[in-house]
Amino acid sequence: MTVVCASYDEAVADVADGSTVLVGGFGMAGMPVQLIDALIRQGATDLTVVSNNAGNGDTGLAALLAAKRVRKMICSFPRQSDSWVFDGLYRAGAIELEVVPQGTLAERMRAAGAGIGAFFCPTGAGTPLAAGKEARVIDGREHVLELPLKGDVALIGAHVADRMGNLVYRKTARNFGPVMATAATTSVVQVSRVVEVGELDPEVVVTPSIYVDRVVSAEVAA
Amino acid sequence: MTTTHLDRGPLTKQEMAALVARDIAPGSFVNLGIGQPTLVADHLAPGSGVVLHTENGMLGMGPAALGDDVDPDLTNAGKIPVTELLGASYFHHADSFAMMRGGHLDVCVLGAFQVSAGGDLANWHTGAPDAIPAVGGAMDLAIGAKQVLVMMTLFAKDGSPKLVPSCTYPLTGVGCVDRVYTDVAVFEVGAGPTVVTETFGTSFEELRERLDVPLVHKPS
Repeated sequence: MTVVCASYDEAVADVADGSTVLVGGFGMAGMPVQLIDALIRQGATDLTVVSNNAGNGDTGLAALLAAKRVRKMICSFPRQSDSWVFDGLYRAGAIELEVVPQGTLAERMRAAGAGIGAFFCPTGAGTPLAAGKEARVIDGREHVLELPLKGDVALIGAHVADRMGNLVYRKTARNFGPVMATAATTSVVQVSRVVEVGELDPEVVVTPSIYVDRVVSAEVAA
Repeated sequence: MTTTHLDRGPLTKQEMAALVARDIAPGSFVNLGIGQPTLVADHLAPGSGVVLHTENGMLGMGPAALGDDVDPDLTNAGKIPVTELLGASYFHHADSFAMMRGGHLDVCVLGAFQVSAGGDLANWHTGAPDAIPAVGGAMDLAIGAKQVLVMMTLFAKDGSPKLVPSCTYPLTGVGCVDRVYTDVAVFEVGAGPTVVTETFGTSFEELRERLDVPLVHKPS
């Protein structure tokens, strides 16, 4: 049953210390900035954060990192022109980093959400990122064993939700949202608006309500 | 026989991009990597029917967005605002990389630090101890597309060749590169001998002296 929350703070009130938090977005597109700000206010710490990047500028994920709430970052591309917050923490030895190829990152979360125990993937075979992983030649090609990546909480930015929690996204802001919604115990979604049940065409729903636990609308939340 | 152009070259970045665009078949589904490869889009013939893929979830990507067309929800893999063309589609990240890894993309064009004669690619990490590792979609792209084209200068700033017998930088993918477009020559790499198909402002013989890789002429 999806709950439509009255505020961002209410939506993240029970995130526990030590949680693994899946954070949507590719750069700032689809980044759930208001939910992250609420998580900073909430105070949960010792977090493992899974996100494609490790924060941009000083807002959103970068602000969570700057508040020293993150023990470990799992991402594909931490180093960017505006990732100075992460860079500083990493160089000071104040944060752990696990670098995962972008498609493998998405597929590991897909596997977690789909009940797949592990999968063999050709990406990264023969590279330093395959070190220590079980390898197998399948159909003449080397593959490495990749494990599912599950979250306690997912924080996602989508476009519109209905009151049941069905979601549609907007353009490339969709990115990791649909797969993260399946991979977390509790999925929390911020949207630009919430509409009545029946207002979304069932044919265009991207994330079905079964994957969504909490929704916050920018129109009512503060 | 290698086609030798002594009247032109070394090629500019735009000329290299035009060369790559010339070799992309009409109607191909293509991913252009971040940086220099994005220049290839400017040289695709109008009406070629080439469809651009961006790994953050779109087919049918148009040129960079300017002014009022900038939409924070519509960016390319380099986080640059872009536009959508008629017939575009959006999909999530797991689907985007499934279409890449699953061999559905015809071509990807990537930059490189080094390529080996056997087609190994090094383009994600210099291996410097103080460098923060960041791979993005490079490894997925390297092994995914049916054809992997590399665009790079043939020599590093210190004069050392970037087409090498074996990569010294950390690998992105093994045996994945098909063709290397450089400022002075185009090479076919992989399981067979390294073929020089075209040279620009240099000759086959000169390249043979400067590279540690055995070279052969393009079969005529």
